[in-house]
Amino acid sequence: MPNEKPLVRFVDIQKSYDGDTLVVKNLNLDVAKGEFLTMLGPSGSGKTTCLMMLAGFEPATHGEIYLNDQGINKVAPHKRGIGMVFQNYALFPHMTVAENLAFPLWVRKMSKSEQDERVNKALAMVELSAFGNRRPAQLSGGQQQRVAVARSLVFDPDLVLMDEPLGALDKNLREQMQYEIKHIHENLGLTVVYVTHDQSEALTMSNRIAVFDDGIIQQCAPPEVLYEEPDNAFVANFIGENNRLLGDVVEDAGDSVKVKIDDDSGVVHANKINVEGVGSRTTLSLRPERVTVDPEPGSVPNIFAAHAKELIYLGDHIRTRFTVCGHDDFIVKIPNSAAHAQLEEGATVNIGWNVEDCRALDPSD
Amino acid sequence: MALPVYTTLGQRIWHYSYLAFCTFVLFFLVAPLVAVIPLSFTSAPFLNFTPEMLSLDPEGFSTRWYKGLFGICDQDANLSTMCTDRWVVGTQNSFIIAIASTLLATFLGTLAALGLSSENMPFRRGIMALMISPLIVPLIITASGMFFFFAKVNLVASYAGIILAHTMLGIPFVVITVTSTLVGFDKSLTRSGASLGGSPAYCFYKIQMPLIAPGMISGALFAFITSFDEIVIILFIGGPEQHTLPRQMWSGIRQEISPTILAAATILVILSVLLLTTLELLRRRSERIRGITPH
Repeated sequence: MPNEKPLVRFVDIQKSYDGDTLVVKNLNLDVAKGEFLTMLGPSGSGKTTCLMMLAGFEPATHGEIYLNDQGINKVAPHKRGIGMVFQNYALFPHMTVAENLAFPLWVRKMSKSEQDERVNKALAMVELSAFGNRRPAQLSGGQQQRVAVARSLVFDPDLVLMDEPLGALDKNLREQMQYEIKHIHENLGLTVVYVTHDQSEALTMSNRIAVFDDGIIQQCAPPEVLYEEPDNAFVANFIGENNRLLGDVVEDAGDSVKVKIDDDSGVVHANKINVEGVGSRTTLSLRPERVTVDPEPGSVPNIFAAHAKELIYLGDHIRTRFTVCGHDDFIVKIPNSAAHAQLEEGATVNIGWNVEDCRALDPSD
Repeated sequence: MALPVYTTLGQRIWHYSYLAFCTFVLFFLVAPLVAVIPLSFTSAPFLNFTPEMLSLDPEGFSTRWYKGLFGICDQDANLSTMCTDRWVVGTQNSFIIAIASTLLATFLGTLAALGLSSENMPFRRGIMALMISPLIVPLIITASGMFFFFAKVNLVASYAGIILAHTMLGIPFVVITVTSTLVGFDKSLTRSGASLGGSPAYCFYKIQMPLIAPGMISGALFAFITSFDEIVIILFIGGPEQHTLPRQMWSGIRQEISPTILAAATILVILSVLLLTTLELLRRRSERIRGITPH
């Protein structure tokens, strides 16, 4: 697990392709030895650029990247010793699977017997021992993906980079591969830097997730912290489902605030996270599963009348869209338990939530 | 190719006249070749079918013109003038010049294509247009320009001069074919080679070159054919030493109409068919490697 000295350090990294707009704005990030760190963000957020700078395929415009305390800005990609899995696998089509795996071993001039031993071990690890003599084109997408992972590991790198490696697979295979990669990471004690735009993938696999937007890391934290305690409105929105209520702070009690919701008289008592004092704009963020339907009066500080607009039965829960405090896309997930409230479309009911679950964040846009 | 049931009469007429038109085009393209091949086996020194040939009399056929090509002479007093080693020398010269200029053109053309395919290359379009220009500029203009330029640098009437000139004619083919294979080349392959520890030179040799080889080889074949049957530049800057096969055919047909020229033409046709077959096989191989099924 993550400990002691960082393996990778990004220090004051900036990147611009055209010398005008910054794609990455002042990035500072440490990756600990043994950590699985995911760079998550929408496309164009700068996450892939960061990975490419670490791999050495793009030069940093400003700042320095350290690997094992050595500055690597001036080290050529092939001398960095970093394993990489590419988005489209980048298997060499004219070589067999075994030759693909042996490529990094040829380069390192290993003896034939050691090459064979390592190739066989790597094939066994990804359960493709019988496929050594096939060409990549004769394999399925999932198998190609495994070969790509095996190839990036066969020369025992300390650090492996993965650039959206599961993007081309169908949903079931993608979930299965997530677990396989996670297990390989745990078994080999690797350090992995993983890039994806799929949040469930990030939540499943990572020790820590760096959420990128607009060339800036918005928050870098373990998955549960990111979901439960987002620092700002972007992260709250990007990770998981989120109800947003916009309003103005009318009362500041130090660690909590009272917020008057726009176009409505409702005042919400919320946890003060990322907001200035009285008079400032704020976005309230509230997870759909943290809302109680028909609470006991007085059990929670925030209770409002809500009008059920739409009910969708999803098996384990019922997804309900309410109009509350003037917002008509307020989502509540009602668990399908024996005791859950029976609602009808068009009904009016009280809903409520705790101060801790409602986070007052920056107004964003 | 069955026509769909809803075809109107007009469409049917159009369809069949289209087929007939295509058949005629193909016929006119192939007929001269088909006529030349049997005629080259005539035993008479004329360029037409003799009654013996038409009645399939073995007397009417011979391989003497092929023998003549290779400098083996029949003891035939009437034809002794035609039996020279000019054909052999010409064929040898043609091969030497074509092979040398093909190797040079393939090497230089591939390098040029690699450079022109790089995103960092400034003035790509302009340079590309310049490299392709020998295909567009009328050959006679290129040839006369070369004549004056080569005269100044003492390259006229030398093998080196001819080889350089033919290299220049061959380069556009190599640049075009290699550039088009590079368009489909996935840049992440060389990147992944680098991430696995391969130096740029090693990655080029092990990864990129095998994958663009079909483009290099088809470019080389075009360059070879271009040089092998090139006559204009030879006439301008070749000396008596640089006697090539096309030049021998040229002088042969002007001075002495003999079926030797048909034998030479037959050999050239066979050579071209072989080269084109090679091209097609290469294309299928590269498709198969890229995982596309041939059709």
